[in-house]
Amino acid sequence: MSLKTNYRQAVKAFQPKTPYVINSLKAFVVGGALCTVAEAFANLYSRFFSVPLLSAQQLAVMTMMLLAVVFTGAGKYDDFSQFAGAGATMTLAGFANALASAALEYRSEGWTAGVASQMFKAGGAAIVYGVVTAYLLGILYYLMS
Amino acid sequence: MKLAGKQTWVFEHDIYIQATGTAVGPLEADGPLRESFDIAHDDLYCGEKTWELAERRLMQEAIGVCLQKGNISFSDIDIFLAGDLLNQNVTANYVARTVPAPFLCMFGACATSMQTIAVGAALIDGGFARTVLAATSSHNATAERQFRYPTELGVQKPKTATFTVTGAGAAVMGRKRGRWRITAATIGKVIDAGTANPFDMGSAMAPAAASTIEQHFIDLGTSPADYDLIVTGDLSRVGSVIVRQLLAESGYNVTDNYNDCGLMIYRPDQNVFAGGSGCACCAVVTYGHLLKEMERGALQKIFVVATGALLSPTMMQQKQSIPAVAHGVVMEAVKEER
Repeated sequence: MSLKTNYRQAVKAFQPKTPYVINSLKAFVVGGALCTVAEAFANLYSRFFSVPLLSAQQLAVMTMMLLAVVFTGAGKYDDFSQFAGAGATMTLAGFANALASAALEYRSEGWTAGVASQMFKAGGAAIVYGVVTAYLLGILYYLMS
Repeated sequence: MKLAGKQTWVFEHDIYIQATGTAVGPLEADGPLRESFDIAHDDLYCGEKTWELAERRLMQEAIGVCLQKGNISFSDIDIFLAGDLLNQNVTANYVARTVPAPFLCMFGACATSMQTIAVGAALIDGGFARTVLAATSSHNATAERQFRYPTELGVQKPKTATFTVTGAGAAVMGRKRGRWRITAATIGKVIDAGTANPFDMGSAMAPAAASTIEQHFIDLGTSPADYDLIVTGDLSRVGSVIVRQLLAESGYNVTDNYNDCGLMIYRPDQNVFAGGSGCACCAVVTYGHLLKEMERGALQKIFVVATGALLSPTMMQQKQSIPAVAHGVVMEAVKEER
């Protein structure tokens, strides 16, 4: 098959393959490691602040998101994501990065038209579909119980 | 007749590049061509408040150093041709406020550099201008935010992605004898090979580059061996292999005397995926590095083919494919008069 006769098919031989297996492994290990760190925070909080485990877990999630925002501001989170892929983007830390990166990016257009309006540009879809899914599951749960 | 064959302009008069100027960002200055650039910034903001202002400053500085090196004043410029990648060509249009000459804005995506050189040379050849100023720019962060994502958003990019060059290049052309002569230009057709992946512009642009290069050989009756170097603008590691394969299928063997500006500007270990891209890629490598190589005598005759992917985020979201265009210009070294 030549490039001239069927470009879209033939060109695939020239494109470097995405290493899906390695990427999945990295995402699994890094994503798991992040969750382990969050778990450690949760245990720490519930032990030292004597709060219920659920509150401690919520505090732990907030800590992870705060860390993600700090690393985003330092310009490191995108490098981390390039390595870890879904392990870095699919967690709540990744969601924090989506909001923080957009907020930073649009700071140059001001606080209202820039930061506030554009903040959800990268992370907005996660909120919309998160809420929709929560409602659907809620309705399903109501019908089944 | 100045039109040779279908798409090639052969200039009747002697048209020269009299001076060039280049300004680049930190990563480019850290690359293998650092000595070739006139101005290098160690900060991506280039001392400005926003990325867009930084890009504007780069173009302004490239023009300034170009005029200074050529000892040319703004009053000598009959027309200014410029373009960039941003919406409404804001870099070029805002820079034009400071250039007291008639202005034509040009857009050919990353093919803009050779588009301005070709049109500028044609205006001079046709007698519509004596001296033409051409400039183009791109900035990694302005391109990222317009075409892709916020710069700090964590996204895993594929190996086919390219890295937009931060920089600007300017050139002054005229009838007055200079060190480089512009002898011909081949204007490309828009070719859409049907690919739709904005993270693989090499595959999208290679057919347009091959079309322009092949047509150039046909129009002038030349062959690859007639050029010391055939150089494409920003096909990168992926597209540069494809374009050679496409030309080989048409019977043109382009191997040793071929290179791509996107492969020359960075070191492989600079984390730039498949290589450099953007309007500035072809501009700073050609105006900075390649013309110096010609001056040094390492190259006599080169064919610079700037390649542009004519996409927009809206068209990509509407699942449209990527049209591409490539414009080529032949530059020859002028021997010193004894």
